[in-house]
Amino acid sequence: MADTRLTVQQTAKERVAAQTAWEPLIVAFLCNWCSYAGADLAGSSRMSYPPNVRVVRVPCSGRVNPLFIMSCFKKGFDGVLVAGCHPGDCHYVKGNYYARRRMPLAQELLEYMGVEPGRIRFDWVSAAESGRFAQVVQSLTEQVRALGPFAVNKVHI
Amino acid sequence: MARIGVFVCWCGSNIAKTVDVEQVAAEAGTIPGVVHSADYKYMCSQPGQAMLREAIAEHRLDRVVVAACSPRLHEATFRNCIAAAGLNPFMAEIANIREHCSWVHGDRAVATPKALDLTRMAVARSRRNEALVQTEIPLTKRALVVGGGIAGIQAALDIAEAGYQVTLVERTPSIGGRMAQYDKTFPTLDCAACILTPKMVECASNPNIRIVTHAEVESVSGFVGNFEVTVRRRARSVDLEKCTGCGICYEKCPVKVPSEFDGGLGMRKAIYVPFPQAVPNVPVIDREHCTYYLRGKCRLCEKFCTIGAVRFDETDEVFTEKFGAIVTATGFDVWDQSAAGEYGAGQYPDVISGLQFERLANASGPTAGKILRPSDHTEPKTVVFVACVGSRDPAHGHPYCSKVCCMYTAKHALLLKEKVPDAKAYIFYMDIRANGKGYEEFVQRVVERYDATYVRGRVSRIYSLDGHLVVQGADTLLGKQVEVHADMVVLATAMEPRADAKDVARRLGLSTDQDNWFTEAHPKLRPVEVLTAGIYLAGACHYPKDIPDTVAQASGAAAKVVDLFAKPHLLSEPMIAFVDDATCAACLLCKEVCPFTAIEAAEITDMATRKPRTVARVNSGLCHGCGTCVAACRSASILLRGFSDDQILLQIESLAQAHGL
Repeated sequence: MADTRLTVQQTAKERVAAQTAWEPLIVAFLCNWCSYAGADLAGSSRMSYPPNVRVVRVPCSGRVNPLFIMSCFKKGFDGVLVAGCHPGDCHYVKGNYYARRRMPLAQELLEYMGVEPGRIRFDWVSAAESGRFAQVVQSLTEQVRALGPFAVNKVHI
Repeated sequence: MARIGVFVCWCGSNIAKTVDVEQVAAEAGTIPGVVHSADYKYMCSQPGQAMLREAIAEHRLDRVVVAACSPRLHEATFRNCIAAAGLNPFMAEIANIREHCSWVHGDRAVATPKALDLTRMAVARSRRNEALVQTEIPLTKRALVVGGGIAGIQAALDIAEAGYQVTLVERTPSIGGRMAQYDKTFPTLDCAACILTPKMVECASNPNIRIVTHAEVESVSGFVGNFEVTVRRRARSVDLEKCTGCGICYEKCPVKVPSEFDGGLGMRKAIYVPFPQAVPNVPVIDREHCTYYLRGKCRLCEKFCTIGAVRFDETDEVFTEKFGAIVTATGFDVWDQSAAGEYGAGQYPDVISGLQFERLANASGPTAGKILRPSDHTEPKTVVFVACVGSRDPAHGHPYCSKVCCMYTAKHALLLKEKVPDAKAYIFYMDIRANGKGYEEFVQRVVERYDATYVRGRVSRIYSLDGHLVVQGADTLLGKQVEVHADMVVLATAMEPRADAKDVARRLGLSTDQDNWFTEAHPKLRPVEVLTAGIYLAGACHYPKDIPDTVAQASGAAAKVVDLFAKPHLLSEPMIAFVDDATCAACLLCKEVCPFTAIEAAEITDMATRKPRTVARVNSGLCHGCGTCVAACRSASILLRGFSDDQILLQIESLAQAHGL
């Protein structure tokens, strides 16, 4: 079993020292039917976007447990993207509506713990919106880069 | 310890150009648990797959990671491939290093480490891959068609022709639906009844079709292949078996009621057959108007029925049956034009709807096919047709185009001219949308050969003056106000969802859009399916459609049903949710959030206390595997197979490790 408990972990990181070479590392949870397919289309359309995102495929944005996001920050990733189908387009009818309610809550909770809200993005990307996917990745990467490396030891996760 | 094999695909140069595949394969080989790694030009090719299968045997691999293109393309390929080598198909995992990496990054120095990250994540995830089994689900090869209009008739005939049993449930006393009310059909001017009634008769005579009229579906439970449907057949008060359809009963009945079938323009009796070609051709007693039911006497029909088919004591019959698939073909309503007060509908008898005009033009209609004004039964010489009445009109609740009105209005203008040669038709329109085979040509013919005057603009007001109707409107092409003194006005009223569409949707487990039309599974690629497997849509319950589109969709829905029934049994979806009884506290939040009502409370005997306890239970036939319940579960008691918390957290952890986090 992976470590899923949210305990206070004080792992000091050396990364800040290597600021010059620093590139943000972002985990993206993409729903299988819209956003993952949108990212696929960005590839088949040979679009270009920053290489800072690592995709985790989930069946639906409603599958994204806020725990996953907390887990990402606990590990020390710099940002998290959650993307799903547009309202009304969810393959599972309404999973994305649950995500839409959960994500702002997770964001607020994380802000309370010391994670800047700008590190978390919840967005809609349809299977046809390859350009939008590239643009979301681009803007989130820039936003997270501007915030600097995420220092896990400074927050109360 | 897992024995994982990693296979990195070059995809020709698609991946290899920007990703150092050999390096990825070599480094993947050092991940704990990976006992074999290789790279190959085209993993999906026959030799690529053969190599994979051989490696499984040689290295006794128990799970496989293929770093290649998107799993949306070749996940199934590699699942089948490893199944052929004796592994469980769900032991194959894909790392998407093409669409998500090599194609979007140009720099090898950037793309190679990212591809390795993605591969590591897939390896981590694969450690928790479980051997999933698709169980066989029994399949009832009998279809239910709800709605006996042309959509339902066509779907029922197609399914029956393929050799499967069909039950066709119709709410009114006869099948036939809206199409039976029409006179001619555009653009060919076939008489609607002439092409519809043979199909109705075919339905009645086909041994595979059982028609249940004057009945409604009360509830549907179960899931694809195994629906339990409860139908209420309302008392007809006439014995379906005995009645010969001689018609003496309605000849003798003293009660006259405006006929729904004729749009209120004609009268029917309290015991009646809705229209002459009705199937079944058996009368029904309208208990709300029958003197016997109202005052306890009369029974004239019973007295005159020589074979004793009238049964005043008949009661509703409720039956429950199993069906494997359901075709929803419940049709549409026509907007009640009296809501458009500015057009005087409901106020002036000579302002009628398009559907009423159909009945006027029809030989079996209230005027025996003569175009006569409802007010004084004279022939109208000037008729104004108003298109888009209620349609494309958000103010009246129909932002959509009703699609058929442009065409039937043109047809009405033509019928008017044929029946009253010295009549003149004016048509107020917004746009002419004649997009169908032969449609544009038809409209042009009406304009050129039938002298119809098309006025582009809206009608603002209609009022009565000296026995005429004054139609005030704008001609936006001339930029002028226009006024037409008309004898009759025909409003092309909007098609709208059935008044009880929401209720029907709830009963059948469908979803509705903002206008209450039933929602299809995908607007382009799955237009006849809905998101509940085993339920299909046909006709105008989905969106306004003309007859050709309706018939096409009905045949499409029937093909889907036949496709389903052609299988010996169904296979369960393996990547679904599963509740751990040991920790489930039965808060049933999962039940609340489930979009498919797949979760129910179940009683179990607690393993420790031996006492009964409630837990959540997932119905594997209904679960689609979205995982919304998993994220909602407060005690982490629900596992989504194939996308477990463990798998996702391991992916995150492996990525963190690789970056020294």
